[in-house]
Amino acid sequence: MYDVIVVGGGHAGCEASLATSRKNHKTLLVTGNIKNIADMPCNPSIGGSAKGIVVREIDALGGEMGRNADKSLLQIKMLNSAKGPAVRSLRAQADKITYPKEMLKTLNNQENLEILEAIVEDLIVEDGQVKGIILENGEKINSKCVILTTGTYLKADILIGSTRERKGPHGEKPSNHLSDKLKEYGFTIKRLKTGTPQRIDKNSIDFSKTKIEEGDKNYLSFSFDNKYYYDVNNQQPCYLIYTQPETHQIIKENLNKSSMYGGLDDIKGIGPRYCPSIEDKIVRFADKERHQLFLEPESLYYDDIYIQGFSTSMPKDIQEKMVHSLPGLENAKILKYAYAIEYDAIDSKQLKQSLETKVLKNLFTAGQINGTSGYEEAACQGLIAGINAALKLEGKEPLILKRNEAYIGVLIDDLVTKGVIDPYRLLTSRAEYRLLLRHDNADMRLTEYGYNCGLIDEKRYKEFNNKKKNIAELINELKNNKLVVKEEVNNFLQSLNSTPIKDGITLYDLLKRPEIKISNLKQYIKEYPQDVLEQVEINIKYEGYIKKAEQEAKKMIDLDLKLIPDDINYDKIHNLASEAKQKLKTIKPTSIGQAMRISGVNPVDISLLMIYIKKEYHNESK
Amino acid sequence: MNDTIAAISTPLGVGAISIIRVSGDDAIEIVKKIYKGKDLSKVKSHTINYGHIYEKEKLIDEVLVSVMLKPNTFTKENIVEINSHGGIATTNKILELLLSNGCRLAEPGEFTKRAFLNGRIDLIEAEGVMDLINAKTEKQVELAVNQVNGYTSNLIKELREKLVSMIANINVNIDYPEYDDIKEVTNKDILNKLDEIKSSIKKVLNSSKDNQLINEGIKTAIIGSPNVGKSSILNKLLDEDKAIVTDIPGTTRDIVEGNILINGIMLKIIDTAGIRKTNDYVENIGVEKSLNLINEADLIIYVLNNNEEITEEEKNLYEQIKNKKHLIIINKIDLPKKIDYSSLDKNKIIKISALDDNCIEIIKEKIKELFNLEELNNIDLTYLSNSRSISLLNQSLEKINEIEKSLKNELPIDFIEIDLRSIWNILGEIIGETYKEELLDELFSRFCLGK
Repeated sequence: MYDVIVVGGGHAGCEASLATSRKNHKTLLVTGNIKNIADMPCNPSIGGSAKGIVVREIDALGGEMGRNADKSLLQIKMLNSAKGPAVRSLRAQADKITYPKEMLKTLNNQENLEILEAIVEDLIVEDGQVKGIILENGEKINSKCVILTTGTYLKADILIGSTRERKGPHGEKPSNHLSDKLKEYGFTIKRLKTGTPQRIDKNSIDFSKTKIEEGDKNYLSFSFDNKYYYDVNNQQPCYLIYTQPETHQIIKENLNKSSMYGGLDDIKGIGPRYCPSIEDKIVRFADKERHQLFLEPESLYYDDIYIQGFSTSMPKDIQEKMVHSLPGLENAKILKYAYAIEYDAIDSKQLKQSLETKVLKNLFTAGQINGTSGYEEAACQGLIAGINAALKLEGKEPLILKRNEAYIGVLIDDLVTKGVIDPYRLLTSRAEYRLLLRHDNADMRLTEYGYNCGLIDEKRYKEFNNKKKNIAELINELKNNKLVVKEEVNNFLQSLNSTPIKDGITLYDLLKRPEIKISNLKQYIKEYPQDVLEQVEINIKYEGYIKKAEQEAKKMIDLDLKLIPDDINYDKIHNLASEAKQKLKTIKPTSIGQAMRISGVNPVDISLLMIYIKKEYHNESK
Repeated sequence: MNDTIAAISTPLGVGAISIIRVSGDDAIEIVKKIYKGKDLSKVKSHTINYGHIYEKEKLIDEVLVSVMLKPNTFTKENIVEINSHGGIATTNKILELLLSNGCRLAEPGEFTKRAFLNGRIDLIEAEGVMDLINAKTEKQVELAVNQVNGYTSNLIKELREKLVSMIANINVNIDYPEYDDIKEVTNKDILNKLDEIKSSIKKVLNSSKDNQLINEGIKTAIIGSPNVGKSSILNKLLDEDKAIVTDIPGTTRDIVEGNILINGIMLKIIDTAGIRKTNDYVENIGVEKSLNLINEADLIIYVLNNNEEITEEEKNLYEQIKNKKHLIIINKIDLPKKIDYSSLDKNKIIKISALDDNCIEIIKEKIKELFNLEELNNIDLTYLSNSRSISLLNQSLEKINEIEKSLKNELPIDFIEIDLRSIWNILGEIIGETYKEELLDELFSRFCLGK
């Protein structure tokens, strides 16, 4: 008897099983193929806008992705470094061999964690509660909780041109029945689709026709451990090329051969809007003369180059022509053809904020099965599902991150409140309190939670507290340190192109001037670590905006604290608009705040709901 | 739900005193921003305090302010009530000031609703509140329809469209920094677009004549030849209303001789000193000068003498005003009639003697008729929503100014985007649209992105 069974060994499954086993719950990780644990079946990169911040959040909560990515870097850079602090984010090329290898090592070394290679086809369910899993061969394994992180493996179909084959990304066997069983238990099953481009033999590319894209010249890491396993002067470059008129011609002429444009007539899956195939781009943006493509190395240990931006479901012969029309790829050898993949997912509106399903007790889901896309999105859900399964076993309240606390909170709230139509990707524009959810303060926001969950060790927690102390000290120092009007002071200011002072000014106020950096003030203050200086500088420079965001967030929190009872009967609320009623019934929001974020629920409905809760609900329950 | 709300809680324009009620955590802080007098955050609960309401440096009204601290108030929240000197113009001005300083206009019945939700009203009374809310819902629908006319709402939609394309572009720059073939939005782009948006908003604000009347009053010029009785009519008007004449300086550059209130609407008499002076030398009546005065005025009171024939100059002057809103006063009817006014617009004529005490009532009635003031007074609900729209538009203008400042301070573009987004939201509030999804759709439909 296990405490927790995790079904699926992708990024969500790894985080989930590590979280539960680290919290001392006996865990079984079931995967269709041990070789594919922590596999990166699509792009060879971790991070990116918003996603990079999620990796930092995972790390601050005690998850593994950040540390593991740091061990497998081929290249890393800080995106948006010329923009404001709130939108900076790390993006790395990660070695597709090293990343899974390192993760497997971590899993194998983890106490309380076993790994089993098998296909899961059903769940053991009793009285609306999950009690374990049933394997393909009929074998039953019992557990108190189950976490499904099945990725694209529910009824996976690989689509190339007019062919449809039931198999996973590497030709593995998918689960053929689990999604039907889930449907029988009461889940709504939807079909989603995603795609991936060709892999090209590095030796067949003429890189002289491409533009080289390097990593940053300073050491960077995802994890707050700040350990560097790579050589900053020896990073693998990426290469930029553009599609050619000929490429567009080939695609236009053969459009009807693409699976999505007539090659197959039974496409049900909805593809991601933010990640269209190359044929989609050419159809939808017909006036665009060229599209950017990146050639990205997959690993130091083999020769595949990934063509970012060129995903397609054209037949293989057309793909040959398309690839050969690209500059530098005239003689390219395709090692793996691009494909689209269709898979089953559940309706994320059937989840609670804890990622436990509303349909079956003690069943949690995370990752692509919930309708998201991306390694980072999957990993953070896996971590939260793992933490909450463990907390449930411990009889504790679930960890629910708010929208103003983490991108993870934004993602999960969006999933359970709004649901998804196309595979969901995190974007900075999805966060209303972007300014609070920064790359640099992920540890400040979340370490405490990670520590309370038992996933952050004492050493890291001590470092965190030190940093907090240093920040408070430095802010005090800046507030109490006043520059007086003196020639040398004004000379110093003039050397920085800053207006001379006529009255005394605190360093704190001086730092608010756009042209003054904290590094300019070093002569006036004690020595502090770089991350402390950075944190304080951001907080002071953007204080006005940050305060505004905090006030906005407070309004939301107040509404989120007004709870809606679990057993509320929406039919009893008179005059509730029928659309609102229906939405509230499916989503079952836990708070007034969440209810307000549901589209189609109007302020009047909210008033009626609040009045009902105040008056009648409490009367009836007496 | 616990933001601070404000509304006028007495019938508009009728009473000698109007009460504007503010309820919520920030009630005192917000009122303090527009009030000069004792520090309201230091006065005792349930006290009445004397002071003045200011819009920046400009005095708006002399008021009494009651401060009531929670929980012993109607809504169980902090309540501040401002007792002002009645009249739509002043009362609404104060409300508008509150709205632009952080209050939200209360929904109909919202004070009662809060009283209920905060447990002030007995549970049995809740049924009544339910009815109230339901009833008001219908009213709200009606209101929403009346509130913004098609023209304005289309214009606001256009502005939001402009904003959203800018916002989406900035977001694409942020979310897909590796795409160098998508235009990077520059400070200059933003400034240019904001200029356009700013002038459109100003246009909307000015386009609503009614609002202008209510907010700024009716600019009135009394013109006529010497000795027709302009001064006595003016003095009579001012005298009559001495009790309610306020000494608010004009919002425009006009030199205002005096203000009188008719049905709560301010009649601002423009100084005609200039024209009177030239009238001393009749031959010098500069047509241009009269024209200027006439063009500025919302209302012309044209005074003629019953006892004299119409002169050439008077005929010329009439030609200039006949297409403007005007009123013709035939004065001195106590004297023998020598005037022939058959060529004038009969509907605009009133015959009085400035010596008669009733003459002012007659003039006022005519002005009311001319401007539909009765009606203005009865459409208070619609008016309130307008005052909400106006305050939202003013808020947007302020935000634009903030952005211009931020751009000068070299704040990064993602901060600017936050302000742009809030303008977009504020404008959305006016027409009842604030869906965030719109933004994402825009992002995906307009830009070509992908892995």
